[in-house]
Amino acid sequence: MDRRSFLAAGASGVAAATFAPRLAFAAAATDRRFLFVIQRGAADGLAILAPTGDPGYASLRPQLGAEAATGSRVDAMFTLHPALRQVAAMTAARQALLVHAVASPYRDRSHFDGQNVLETGGALPYRMQDGWMNRLIRTMPDNPQAIAFAPAVPPALRGSARVASYAPSNLPDAGEDLMIRVGDLYANDAQLGPLWNEALMARTKAGNLADGRGAAAAGALAARMMKGPGGARIGMVETDGWDTHTAQRGRLNSQLTGLDAMLAAYRDGLGEDWKNTLVLVATEFGRTAHENGTGGTDHGTASTAFLLGGAVAGGKVLADWPGLAPASLYEARDLKPTLNLDALIASALGQHFGQDPARMAQLLFPDTNSAPLKQSLVTG
Amino acid sequence: MSDLLFAQNRFGLGPRGNQPAGPRDGREWVEAQLGQRLAALDDVPTRAEAAEALIAYREERRDARQNAPATPATMASGDAMAAPPTMSMAPMPANGAPARRAARPPELAAARRDQRDLYLRAVDARIGAALTTPTPFLERMAHFWANHFAVAATKMTTVGYAGLLELDAIRPNLTGRFADLLLAVEHHPAMLLYLDQAQSVGPNSTAGQRAESRGRDVGLNENLAREILELHTLGVRTGYSQADVTEFARALTGWTVAGIGRGPMRRLMSGSSGDFAFAEILHEPGTRTILGKRYGEDGEGQARSVLLDLSVHPATARHIAVKLARHFIADDPPPAAVSRIEQAFLASRGDLPTVYRALIAAPEAWQSDRPKFRNPWEWTIASMRALELPAPPAQRTVGLLNELGMPVWRPTSPAGFDDVAASWAGPDALVRRVEAAGRFANAAGQGVDARALAPRVLGARLSTATATAISRAESPATGLALLLVSPEFLRR
Repeated sequence: MDRRSFLAAGASGVAAATFAPRLAFAAAATDRRFLFVIQRGAADGLAILAPTGDPGYASLRPQLGAEAATGSRVDAMFTLHPALRQVAAMTAARQALLVHAVASPYRDRSHFDGQNVLETGGALPYRMQDGWMNRLIRTMPDNPQAIAFAPAVPPALRGSARVASYAPSNLPDAGEDLMIRVGDLYANDAQLGPLWNEALMARTKAGNLADGRGAAAAGALAARMMKGPGGARIGMVETDGWDTHTAQRGRLNSQLTGLDAMLAAYRDGLGEDWKNTLVLVATEFGRTAHENGTGGTDHGTASTAFLLGGAVAGGKVLADWPGLAPASLYEARDLKPTLNLDALIASALGQHFGQDPARMAQLLFPDTNSAPLKQSLVTG
Repeated sequence: MSDLLFAQNRFGLGPRGNQPAGPRDGREWVEAQLGQRLAALDDVPTRAEAAEALIAYREERRDARQNAPATPATMASGDAMAAPPTMSMAPMPANGAPARRAARPPELAAARRDQRDLYLRAVDARIGAALTTPTPFLERMAHFWANHFAVAATKMTTVGYAGLLELDAIRPNLTGRFADLLLAVEHHPAMLLYLDQAQSVGPNSTAGQRAESRGRDVGLNENLAREILELHTLGVRTGYSQADVTEFARALTGWTVAGIGRGPMRRLMSGSSGDFAFAEILHEPGTRTILGKRYGEDGEGQARSVLLDLSVHPATARHIAVKLARHFIADDPPPAAVSRIEQAFLASRGDLPTVYRALIAAPEAWQSDRPKFRNPWEWTIASMRALELPAPPAQRTVGLLNELGMPVWRPTSPAGFDDVAASWAGPDALVRRVEAAGRFANAAGQGVDARALAPRVLGARLSTATATAISRAESPATGLALLLVSPEFLRR
């Protein structure tokens, strides 16, 4: 018996008592899927989806603004960054809804507090103990499988619902005897026992496709583990490197090339399931409207978010555009938030999973309980 | 009498397997280290070497660009190192090699290698010290402060420098005043480069005005000022405003690194390459108001005065006390212990041995009922110490810690690595430790008996279940691996 088949046996055997109900439910109820891609470090929405039609843009971004000219024009106002070729194709196919001037309730400029608000869904940092994605799992009647594509579970998925985590490793496999004995050793440890069972289940599903570490490989891996009747219904991918204080042009181009490749690989990997899938790409806050003196941008406020997937009512930009005139900026320096990210998430997930968006907002964001959006974000 | 093994796990780096436990008192063992200084390490890279390597790298990169105009993607990911544990967005082709590697001229590849060699030499020194130190508590403090004042070798500018912040700003200042530690860190080229301070220019400075008249765009970068307030001193949400951040950034202009600044300013900076320099021509003239206090024009001294005030601010005392208590006692630090450490900080105006004494005196730190989950670095060092393993080549340890999710001196943000179990006790992270434990156990060979070793490194913490599991292992190596991944050894 090789390692992988051992793990398969181990997961179904050892964990059967605890996990049988979940496994039974896994194939039932919803075939809808949701993936959250977090951009840690405050991604610059004004470069990602450039407001090229705004008369203030060129003067705020004398160096950084130039590249927008070669991007893909979405409408009279907005141009997608040229590195986002696949996102542009999804937009053309009406499978991408691009959202601008959007922000969480957080209004200061600390990454760590901002990410905490984005992930816990509280009104203030550290107000909520668990993450809104974990609460999402608990609102769903069939107790769907959820997975973080990372060695440890990120805050958005932390909470009382069980969550698996998986990321490919280059370490040599441990022997099968050791794996069994470790499972026995952890059986009575309240912290380690459940973690171990989750790990075995995730590894079983990853199979042998879990090699390669590039962006496209990460997208393909996520698709592999969320595909088909037994696939996880909820997933999260962490990306970092968006904090572009200097030399933003090249770094952001590289970041976006990777993001674009990952999203395309995920779409392609899901195949038929793409039509039942919603992807959210979001960041903790945006960057200053002005470029700074070192070819970058400092911490700001509103940014962009993307909704992607076969069921998304896409093909356009959703924004209540505040404008870039000096008087229109937030605190005279940042893009002003005019759209509530909590409301966007609750509305999209409510529509996607066939639940009342107002109830979804109450369950996921009880601290802010934002009024849902009226727009149709996800079809059928 | 407090248990020596307990102290070695809680306040040190874990006992070495061959150490006689002896009748020594644990608390006395920790406190005896406070009057000492860390010995200088052998064969560590110097700032001059790091500067030389960075300058050479930049020159090669410029040549490479001139010879073969690069696409924007090529330029960008040239600044990134190997994939971090969270996903790097740098694109990779199917074979896993970075796309542009084939096109990289050999001189540029060599310059990158030189930078990486400096990083590996620094890692080597850190591991060697951690495995053999006579003062493990002070080593722990070096690791703690290096994470508090995190710089990351995640871009080529800081690869050669990242380790030097710990080696030459933190290690010599562990048992002095917090103010001296803070000043040494904020003057260090690694910090000035990592948080973009080296390039920040006052808009009304000589250089700023000159650049503006030529239509060149240079100016302020507020990254370092913000992180000093948020991470290094007061802590986030402690009452400073965006205006305070910007004013502090203005006060800091002129703090830069000699010899490796860019553009026309470079020749105007005096000092030897790679050292701190105050460049008057970059400094924003005038009086600054920060946290309600006015700071008169005093060149380099202006920002220094701000730092000295921050170093003894009550919010700083609180912030440091919480972080120390979280690191040594519990994820949710007991408020009484935090308060005593905070008081010690305030009363002594940041005298670090006084602060450490308050931590060591906290009864909460000696309770065995809520152990901390060891992070990957702590667990790796404790494992190698327990098994008496010699330091492997730095490259191997670097690879291992990448896999375990905590690459040396490469946190993904200036906040450093997280210090709570939820960040490290992940399902997949646990499997990786089991895999790594298997590797350690094989390296230790057949000569070590886990049944005898377990009580020597775990003491009273060793549970019957773990002892039984070890005694029933099918081989000595499996027994050792089980010891390393046992619930008791994973915690300290």
